[in-house]
Parts: sequence; structure tokens; C-alpha cells
Amino acid sequence: MERLTPVEQKAPGGWQIGTVKRVKEETPRVKSFRIELPMWMEHLPGQHYDVRLTAPDGYRAQRSYSIASSPLDEGGVELTIDCLDDGEVSPYFHDVVMEGDQVELRGPFASYFVWRGESPALLIGGGSGVVPLMAMLRHRRRTMPELAMKLVYSVRTGEDVIFADELGEETQLTFTREPPTGWSGHTGRIDGGLIESAGLRDCMVFVCGTNGFVESAVELVLAQGFDPMQVRTERFGPSG
Amino acid sequence: MSDFISRGFKRRRRAPDDVSDRLPPGQYYEAGFPVLTAGPTPHIAPEEWGMRVDGMVGSEQEWTWAEFHELPFEDVPCDIHCVTKWSKLGTTFRGVSVDVLLDGADPQGQYAMAYSYGGYTTNVPLADLTGGKAWVVTEHDGDPLPREHGGPARLLVPHLYFWKSAKWVAGLRVMDHEEPGFWEENGYHIRGDPWKEERYWND
Repeated sequence: MERLTPVEQKAPGGWQIGTVKRVKEETPRVKSFRIELPMWMEHLPGQHYDVRLTAPDGYRAQRSYSIASSPLDEGGVELTIDCLDDGEVSPYFHDVVMEGDQVELRGPFASYFVWRGESPALLIGGGSGVVPLMAMLRHRRRTMPELAMKLVYSVRTGEDVIFADELGEETQLTFTREPPTGWSGHTGRIDGGLIESAGLRDCMVFVCGTNGFVESAVELVLAQGFDPMQVRTERFGPSG
Repeated sequence: MSDFISRGFKRRRRAPDDVSDRLPPGQYYEAGFPVLTAGPTPHIAPEEWGMRVDGMVGSEQEWTWAEFHELPFEDVPCDIHCVTKWSKLGTTFRGVSVDVLLDGADPQGQYAMAYSYGGYTTNVPLADLTGGKAWVVTEHDGDPLPREHGGPARLLVPHLYFWKSAKWVAGLRVMDHEEPGFWEENGYHIRGDPWKEERYWND
């Protein structure tokens, strides 16, 4: 863990009961939950946890949420959750869960949409699609800041920027609806020029967002001459 | 079963009453048809598409789009279950049974690897592909299968989690042993029975 994320895969653990240590409001719709785990294990940036809620009558609901934190933050994970109006699990996290609460979860899971530190990376996120990309960005800053990594991040308005206080020079934001007052950067949907200006070519490309966002971003990436094998995608199903 | 209760949690979503017993454990009812793909969506024109049965077979089989459409098609009403937790109930595909595709191939192994345009693979035992349990489909709900859902043709194995229903399917390779495919190598269960909740490696 000093530099490279270990390449070997680990069998994920079973259900365990974590404790919410910190709740941070990222935007009016998005909150981050730092959850301490009794059986924590290192994850790869890009992996997810499954969360399971159980009602007193035995009814259960499960969803998957991407990890936002670096595996260097040992002992737990940060899950950053977008509240979906017609959802079942995300509104519970937003409206009910407080610091000190217990939640049931298991992970980490899935080892394809992951950055193992093996190459530079171009990250393209739409809305809360930035969450697994943030795990990559945070981990790279702490392990190999000299390795090139750029984030192209599309949000609707100034108040929708998740992790706003952590975005640095490696990030190019674009606002599709209403940029903040005084914004002089890119506006509108991601375009080829924005991807080209990231200046990366020999790298992996991670794209995460709604299916529509991912489809159009990937078309732009391929039009820039990237090979499809360089491009990994994660698309939201409806969730909540 | 753990006796953990989530403080203050109440059910907010409900499947229609007549289908609620068709939801496997941990799944929720979804009226739409979400798209989940690990990479770019391939562009495969029907005239470029072909389907093969190869590997450990007595006789390799191959069909062009036109030849494939001379095979017997059937409607396949089914429920589909995605490992990401959504289930779509009462949907209909149309295609050719894998039994028909294997007829004449003389399979000599008990396993198969489905492979796709774009490089995707998924392993399925022949026992899960035969006996009227799997199809190669080209239509969904009366329309040509959309590209984002695997068009022009995808495998359909509705009794297993939907990652087994390989989009943009190009062939079935019969094998004498089981080997993990793409998602099975990347953390997901080797078989993927939704009713046993076989989501990940250790389930």
C-alpha cells in the first residue's frame, strides 16, 4: 500500500455491521457517510459496497454504492450517496441516518472498474458518477502524485459540485445548466475539446454516470482516437 | 439470519401484488430497462453479425444474420434479474432456442463460454443452456433489440442473473471444463442463480 495498490484480488467479506462516524453534506442532494467496519479490508479504488436495510417487519432492501475514500483510510469506507426522490435506500441515508447509527453492509466488490495504480488515467464523471473516480483521485494524490491523472467533471449547477473543496488543478469542471456567478470556464455538455485539453492519451479512461452520459462521453473519447480497450465504464442503473 | 434492524427504516417501494412472489431475495421491482455495460457499446450491423457454435463439438456451426433467421423463432416471455438488484418482470424477447443451435453440433463437453463482439465473455454450463432454458434473441417487446441492450443479438438465460445473458453475442464455445468469464473473474459468482442469491464469489 506504500505506492501501488495490490493487484491480487481478495475474497469479499460477508455482511457486517458498521458504525457511521461522520456525515458530511456535499450538496443539497448528496451526503458522504464515513462508516467504520469491524472487519474492514483494503479495497481497490473504484470498487463498491452493498448496503442492506432491514425493517422491523423483516422487509429488506439492498443497493450498491461506490466507495469514495482511499484504501489508505484504514478501518472503514466513505460512501457518497445521491438522494433519489423515488428511491428507498438513498432517502433513508439522507433523512434518517445520523452519526453513531449502525448500518449493515458488505464488500468490497467488483474488480474491473478499478484503478490499480498501473497507468495514468483520464477520469470522466457526470453528477454522482464522480464518486468512484474520487477514490482513484484521492488514492493517487497520496501514493503517486507525479502520475498523471485528470478529471473531467460535468455537473448541472454550481451547487451540485460534489467534493468541491477537494478538486484541484487536475480537474476540469463544466456546468451544463447554471454555472456559478463569475465562472469563466467551460459550460455545456462535455465536448471533444474538453477531453483533448486534458492532454492524456496513453492512459486508461474511466467513465461513470448515467447511461446517457456514459454513451455520449465514450463516443467523444473514441472520436479522439482512444482504443475501446482503454475505456472502462460504470453506468447507473436506476437505483435508490 | 442476522437479527439486525435498521433504525427507522420502513418499506417505501412495493412491487405490484400479483408479481411480488416473482422477486428473488434482495431484488426490487423495476419497470424500466436499465443499461449496464463495462465498456463502450459496440456498433454491429446485422449484416456483419454472425453466430457460431465451436470448441469441443463434433461439428462447428455458423450462421449469418440471414441464415439465423431461417431457424425457428419463438417468443420468450420471462422475468429478468440483474445482479445490481433490479428485476424486470413480465417482459418478452424473441429468438432461437440454444437447443436448436446445438442440434447438429454434437457437443463433447459439459460447459460453454459465451463470447461477444467487443470481447465480453461469460461461462454457462450446458445444463443451463439446454432444455428450453436459453435463447439467442434479436427482438424485445416486439421491436428489434436495441444496440444498448445487445442488439442485433444477445444470449438470454433468464433463470440466471442477467450478466450471463451476453449482449452482442457472437458464439458459444463448448468446453470440457469450467472457466470463469469476464464478470466471473472480476468478483461475481461462477453460476449466478438469483433465487440462491449467488451474486459474488463467496455466496
